[in-house]
Amino acid sequence: MNITQLLFWILTVIAIGSALMIVTSKNPVYSVLGLIVTFFAISGHYILMNAQFLAIVNIIVYAGAIMVLFLFVIMLMNLSRATETLKNKWLQIVGAIAGSCLFLVLVAALKNTEVKKNLVEMGTGDIGLVKSLGRELFTTFVIPFEISSVLFLSAMIGSVVIGKKE
Amino acid sequence: MNNVLDIVYWIPLLPLLGCIINGLGRKSLSKGAVGFIGSGVILASFILSLWVFFQVRGGNVHTAEYFPFINVGNLKIPFAFQIDQLSAIWLLIITGIGFLIHVYSTSYMHDEKPEHFGRYFAYLNLFVFSMLLLVMGANFVIMFIGWEGVGLCSYLLIGFWFKKKEYSKAANKAFIMNRVGDLAFLIALFILISKLGTTTFSEIFTPASLAKLSAKEISAITLLLFIGATGKSAQIPLYTWLPDAMAGPTPVSALIHAATMVTAGIYMIARANLLFSMAPSTLNIIAIIGIATALLAATIALKQNDIKKVLAYSTVSQLGYMFLALGSGAYVAAVFHVMTHAFFKALLFLGSGSVIHAMGGEQDMRKMGGLSKYMKITNLTFLLGCLAIAGIPGFSGFFSKDEILAGAFAKSPVLYALGLLGALLTAFYMFRLYATTFKGSFRGTHEQEHHLHESPAAITIPLIILAILSVVGGFVGVPEFMAHGAHALSDFLHPIFKDSYALLPVHEADHSTEWGLAGLSSVLIIVTVIIAWTRFSKKPDLEPASGLGKVLENKWYVDELYDTVIVKPLNKLGSFLGNVVDKRIVDGAVNGVGRLVRYGSRQLRWVQSGQTGSYILMMVLGMVLVFVVQFFLRK
Amino acid sequence: MPINYYITLALCLFAIGVVGVLTRRNAIIVFMCIELMLNAVNLLLVAFSKMHHLTKGAAATAGSDGQLFVFFIMVVAAAEVSVGLAIIVMMYRNVHSININFLNRLKH
Repeated sequence: MNITQLLFWILTVIAIGSALMIVTSKNPVYSVLGLIVTFFAISGHYILMNAQFLAIVNIIVYAGAIMVLFLFVIMLMNLSRATETLKNKWLQIVGAIAGSCLFLVLVAALKNTEVKKNLVEMGTGDIGLVKSLGRELFTTFVIPFEISSVLFLSAMIGSVVIGKKE
Repeated sequence: MNNVLDIVYWIPLLPLLGCIINGLGRKSLSKGAVGFIGSGVILASFILSLWVFFQVRGGNVHTAEYFPFINVGNLKIPFAFQIDQLSAIWLLIITGIGFLIHVYSTSYMHDEKPEHFGRYFAYLNLFVFSMLLLVMGANFVIMFIGWEGVGLCSYLLIGFWFKKKEYSKAANKAFIMNRVGDLAFLIALFILISKLGTTTFSEIFTPASLAKLSAKEISAITLLLFIGATGKSAQIPLYTWLPDAMAGPTPVSALIHAATMVTAGIYMIARANLLFSMAPSTLNIIAIIGIATALLAATIALKQNDIKKVLAYSTVSQLGYMFLALGSGAYVAAVFHVMTHAFFKALLFLGSGSVIHAMGGEQDMRKMGGLSKYMKITNLTFLLGCLAIAGIPGFSGFFSKDEILAGAFAKSPVLYALGLLGALLTAFYMFRLYATTFKGSFRGTHEQEHHLHESPAAITIPLIILAILSVVGGFVGVPEFMAHGAHALSDFLHPIFKDSYALLPVHEADHSTEWGLAGLSSVLIIVTVIIAWTRFSKKPDLEPASGLGKVLENKWYVDELYDTVIVKPLNKLGSFLGNVVDKRIVDGAVNGVGRLVRYGSRQLRWVQSGQTGSYILMMVLGMVLVFVVQFFLRK
Repeated sequence: MPINYYITLALCLFAIGVVGVLTRRNAIIVFMCIELMLNAVNLLLVAFSKMHHLTKGAAATAGSDGQLFVFFIMVVAAAEVSVGLAIIVMMYRNVHSININFLNRLKH
């Protein structure tokens, strides 16, 4: 087992563990923390695959901006104490079973694919670098990129309108 | 109009027109107009038929195709008429007798309300139309239209006085019993179509197409056709509708019994004679059923007290004779007897109608008697009719019956002996009827006696014409042993039956035997007539019958037997299906579906909880399902 | 690494996200679970893009569109979060709860 594989497994365990923490913890703040850890683990995976740009963006946008937003909201509303009422026990069990079924079915579907033997390029290859992605973004994908800025603008206006009193 | 055969379609079309005019105008037309139109169209048809007859006699046989009636795949059934010797004779009988009955009806039905009067004539014309269609059709399908048409018209006319429940029941009985036979006819038709692909007579009755049928198939087809004929022509086991058909007005009985309807079965078998000649086993069955019906009906007629019932059973009996003739291969004799029977049976029925008219609707002959004093013409014509049907030498019935008996003798002496017995019974009950009705002293109420009168001319003239025909009608078929080459009818019909003659074994009894047979039957019949006359004119049997007489009076309890064996179980089955299967199962299923949907939707409503969580759960489960299905499908 | 490791990991994260959405009633946690699912997909996309780059290595940019898709997903997710959180705040202001069981107005 070389260092890459070792890192892969460590990151995987962290990602899954913290993901479970999101779902299971009663306190929303812990959930947020678990999600942040998960994002970091995923970013670690990106780095392992030499997708440097996405790794950084992931941390900045998700772990930075979005999660801070979440925390803000939770703390603003003072929800950390608000333990949710677990009225419908069996609906939760059914939900868990349904989710696991989905997982099993998808894994089972994977078993018969040809693609699973293909290898993923680890550590090398420069498509994940800022330079090459940036060139792509501003040549081939320039129109979607500009449109996404419009999307942001509308999201901004939308959240202001919704959040406004009355 | 070079040739009348080109306008032959007017023969059935005129009665149809009459039916439409009378039927639609029954409320606005006066009785005189209705009677004039109703009788006039039949007279016109009769004149055309007469013309056609002479054309056919001159050797012109005609087939006319008017339009394609059924065109399905390879099956092409044209609407076509065929005029040949056989149909020409029937045309004359139907329109001739039919015309007399129409004229008679104008007087007989005069007490009806105008709209019923119009309705009556519309039905009567439709009846004649259907019968004409039946005999003119050039294929089995057109024949079947007429076949069903007469069934319908008999239903309408038997139930003419539909307000009386038992009359409607009699109409239903006639219709349903006919339907049983029709089913067999229809199946025979289907077999013909499936085996030969055609129903046209001229195509079926050729050696080439008959060769395609195996002996078994021919037996099956002929048997089914014969069952169809038993329904229409009132033979065992489907005869009980005919006596009940007396519920209709008397002229209708005359029409059914003499000119139309019951002779349809005979016509059909005579038309398909080649087919029947190829199936000797069917011929045997026909002969046996024929003689059995003849004897059964004759014994029943011995003890009936209703004047029309006696005549009805005598019709069944005479029809039995005709089937005996057909079964013996004596086709000409059957046709001959149809003709003479049409004359004297129409005469007898119209005569009885005249009597009933005079008696103010009374039909029980125990309450009559001595009518000869009051109704001279009716009495005389009725006597002539009785002599004719009894088979007194010189009258028409003698010739035709003698020919049938000769044919039966050729087939088997046993059949001859039974046939002779039937003839004696016929003579006996007819003169019992005559003597009880017209001789002795009057036994009705004083009021009725006062009312007794001779019927008007519209009734007596047809009686006189029919009486003349009944007397002389037999001379078209003087048998070979009496005068050589005098059997005009046989010569005329020879083209129709010649192929059958080639098939059937010929038993030519020598002339002395035939003289002997004719002499024997004549002597016995005359003796029977004298016994019956003397016995019943002095002392009519008024006492309630006992022993065997009671059985006969109750018609051998055949109606009761049918009632128990067929009608009641069917009714039970019907009420079971109606009350249990329909209400519980069918209705239950229908209501159950409704209730299930309502229940299901009420339960399903909870799925729409409005809770996002449950929607998502559904979505996930759906995804899983899709994956699983796809997973299994791929393998 | 073989691709199926990444696929399985992504599926696992995704399934955890689904279970979270199904079982939790707290709107914010549900929302976070959705983010988790998006990230699982992102991870998968990156893994596939790298796999394509290895198998079709002739072109230098082969597989880079996969990573650009991830980028756009992040853009959309950021917009979505801003609107979504605004809605949750709004809801809390109205019903004083963020239990999604109160969000059954769809029924009416």
